[in-house]
Amino acid sequence: MSDKETLFSAKNRELLLGPLSKNNPVLVQILGICSALAVTAKMEPAIVMALSVTAVTAFSNVILSLLRNTIPTRIRIIVQLVVVAALVIIVDQILKAFAYEVSKQLSVFVGLIITNCIIMGRIEAFALGNKPWPSLLDGIGNGLGYGLVLVIVAFFRELLGSGTLFGVKVIPQIFYDWGYQNNGLMILPPMALMLVGLIIWVHRSKNKDLIEQK
Amino acid sequence: MNKQGNTYTFIYSIVLVVVVAAILAIVSLSLKPYQDENIENEKRQNILSSVNVSSTPENSAELFNKIITKQFILNYKGEAIEGNAFAVDIPTEGKKLQKALKNPELQKALKDGQLLSETIKDNKALMDIKFPVFVADIDGAIKYILPTYGVGLWGPVWGYISLNEDKNTVYGVLFDHKGETPGLGAEITQPFFQKQFSGKTIFENSSLKAITVKKGGNATGAHEVDAISGGTITSKAVETMIADYLKCYEQFLKQIQ
Repeated sequence: MSDKETLFSAKNRELLLGPLSKNNPVLVQILGICSALAVTAKMEPAIVMALSVTAVTAFSNVILSLLRNTIPTRIRIIVQLVVVAALVIIVDQILKAFAYEVSKQLSVFVGLIITNCIIMGRIEAFALGNKPWPSLLDGIGNGLGYGLVLVIVAFFRELLGSGTLFGVKVIPQIFYDWGYQNNGLMILPPMALMLVGLIIWVHRSKNKDLIEQK
Repeated sequence: MNKQGNTYTFIYSIVLVVVVAAILAIVSLSLKPYQDENIENEKRQNILSSVNVSSTPENSAELFNKIITKQFILNYKGEAIEGNAFAVDIPTEGKKLQKALKNPELQKALKDGQLLSETIKDNKALMDIKFPVFVADIDGAIKYILPTYGVGLWGPVWGYISLNEDKNTVYGVLFDHKGETPGLGAEITQPFFQKQFSGKTIFENSSLKAITVKKGGNATGAHEVDAISGGTITSKAVETMIADYLKCYEQFLKQIQ
């Protein structure tokens, strides 16, 4: 990548927008599924989780991209872990200070961002070989790509499972009077896995080039 | 300098760790006041919830000051101890009690019908534990709120239990837990479980019965509630925690009665 490239050249735009669809970390690379199942029962924690992961991927990508020429190869992974762990602790502390309720709902899953393979994957695959600016775009893109799936799954789970969105009732009472019931299965983790599966199905049938040739 | 050499690697890792530690220390110190406030608000909300007053983090302090008219600390003999009851850290005191209860003499005394202060004259470990009491004024009626803390299946369980002015009838309860099994033991936080406690009595002919959880959905007695199906160990933990704490508060509960 040459220095003369503009900030939002076609290549850089692809870094930011690619992970939202054709290169989505959850839908195409099937990474970060564990937390996608755990925090998507409601919209609010899903969005907070999405923002937290985006912040961590973006900052860890930038910091490690800045350090990439100084890191001794032998302790490369340890250095990555220290940076990611520090960022996750900062995110956790900020949530505890300013979004206490949500941080209780997310509980251990904030700490487990460290183990989200999207983060380490992007650092290894991209940040260590690229300049800070593309790394930042790549980090934001992948974080948002992950977040997008989280929000879509959470939307259906909260709507069908609790009849609410962001805790506000959206299904009118008259439906319940006619015999409609919330689907309790939606609240449970297996349904998140099925929803992710359905989204992958729809996504692949829209993007034929993702389907492997036999 | 050789970037792959040992010296460079050592220096690099030391500098990295020191820098990261410093950043984390700064973040932690600067956010501490906000976090403490959140924890205090949650405690106020929990205490208010045990007298069936719902509050938000924003109005909890105001409501708490309005409803809680008095607070004081007791020891197991029912004597007042100096200090701020709200500032008493329930988990710390709870763990001290758990430790003190390992004493077999105390275990026996707990099951005994006698007052704890009569059977256990001088137990240093027990003497050391602070038992806070909050007095609430709900539309002119006095309620006593007692904190409790115990051991669940996976981690601590705790709660607040509020009694009517007769110090016998339960007015409301609140339970919470650190990590009980979702859908099973964790259901102790649900209203369907907590609502059962209202109206139950803890004394029978002035002997302390506390409240027992019963399996099989046939809890009909004045001191019984239904356990949670699949959450037996957690339900039992709640029972034990209430029994232990009420025993320690017995002297206070028997005053005036």
